Amino acid sequence: MSEASKAVRQINFHVARFNPEVDRAPYVKTYQIPVREGMTVLDGLHYIKDNLDPSLAWRYSCRMGICGSCGMLLNGRPTLACNTQILHIATQDLTVGPLPNFDIIRDLVPDLASMFEKHRSLKPYVIRADEAQIDDPGGEFYQSPQELEAYLQFAYCIKCGCCMAACPTLATDVRYLGPMPLSAAQRYNRDTRDDGRRDRNLLSGSAHGAFRCHYAGECSRVCPKGVDPAKAIQHLKRQLVLDYLHLARRKKPCLKLSGPGQGKPLPNIPAAPAKTA
Amino acid sequence: MRETKYWTWHMAAGVVILLLLGLHMLTMHVGGITHLFAPQGGEATSKANSLFRDSSLFFTVTYILLLAVALYHGLYGLRTILFELTLKPATEKALTFVLLIAGLGLFGLGAWAAVAVHAVAGAAAG
Repeated sequence: MSEASKAVRQINFHVARFNPEVDRAPYVKTYQIPVREGMTVLDGLHYIKDNLDPSLAWRYSCRMGICGSCGMLLNGRPTLACNTQILHIATQDLTVGPLPNFDIIRDLVPDLASMFEKHRSLKPYVIRADEAQIDDPGGEFYQSPQELEAYLQFAYCIKCGCCMAACPTLATDVRYLGPMPLSAAQRYNRDTRDDGRRDRNLLSGSAHGAFRCHYAGECSRVCPKGVDPAKAIQHLKRQLVLDYLHLARRKKPCLKLSGPGQGKPLPNIPAAPAKTA
Repeated sequence: MRETKYWTWHMAAGVVILLLLGLHMLTMHVGGITHLFAPQGGEATSKANSLFRDSSLFFTVTYILLLAVALYHGLYGLRTILFELTLKPATEKALTFVLLIAGLGLFGLGAWAAVAVHAVAGAAAG
């Protein structure tokens, strides 16, 4: 470890506290943390819990930006505590609060149930008329790299809720479906294996659906995984209008390939070596 | 899908407003120079030029069309703003109905005025 990484700086963590069983309103409590280079906000919270205040509550799991549990408001920006280094965003003071636009369960723990209910209502899974084909292990649905590319970035969403916390429409309209569920709908609409777009259109084109998006773009700016939900919603709007005007091309979902040699191999890929056993 | 219908027409109304406002700008601010739609000369807003446009069926139709699209576009926008205040579903329905009635009433009044002016200007010109 280099000398620079051992250096310690005192940072004031101004943490929002709220216990609904005791407190009438959230309040801020300040903790002084010795921070060395490379420490994440999650490390800082662990330091508080271990050394200063064991009653502090927050949610986390993987510690590597994959599970989406530790979304919180850091210096006014919704992001993940586990992949944000303290010294990258603070020199002296750091404010830590729960994600806005959600109810607070306790301290830094938001109640994400409303987001997951909206997500579930938009049927975020492959829908096909030949449902039995999905469970049949005898083959695979063919999808070209270009077709995969059309929705791949939206599949990177980890449901952390940062986009929902940043959305200005959700701040006033709690019934608005929000960027995460709508981009999930677009992710499945663009999947060539799926045939459920018209089902999802009923809700994504409703009074609190995609058309309530003002394209502020905050959801895309704060997404810790680089997903662009604002883009997904604009694509969703276009698709809804094309479907309404009957201008959208009706495409059948891709078929299942049931044996080798039916798919189109990528160019310049050498043949598989001969079997050795 | 009803909201999709409303929104699609909202966008279409916006495009029509853009075209008709372009015509308005052309008439009011360039017409005085080019005498386009202002054949009597002088200012485009002079009484003689106004009477000429009011007696024209084309202008009467564009006035009524502009009124219709501007009312639809504006009232749908107002409805959107109000819907974002997390209203109850029954309130949303009532609001949509009130705005529809207000829009139809204002459109009726404006269209009647445009047609009446067209008749008066036609008689004066004739």
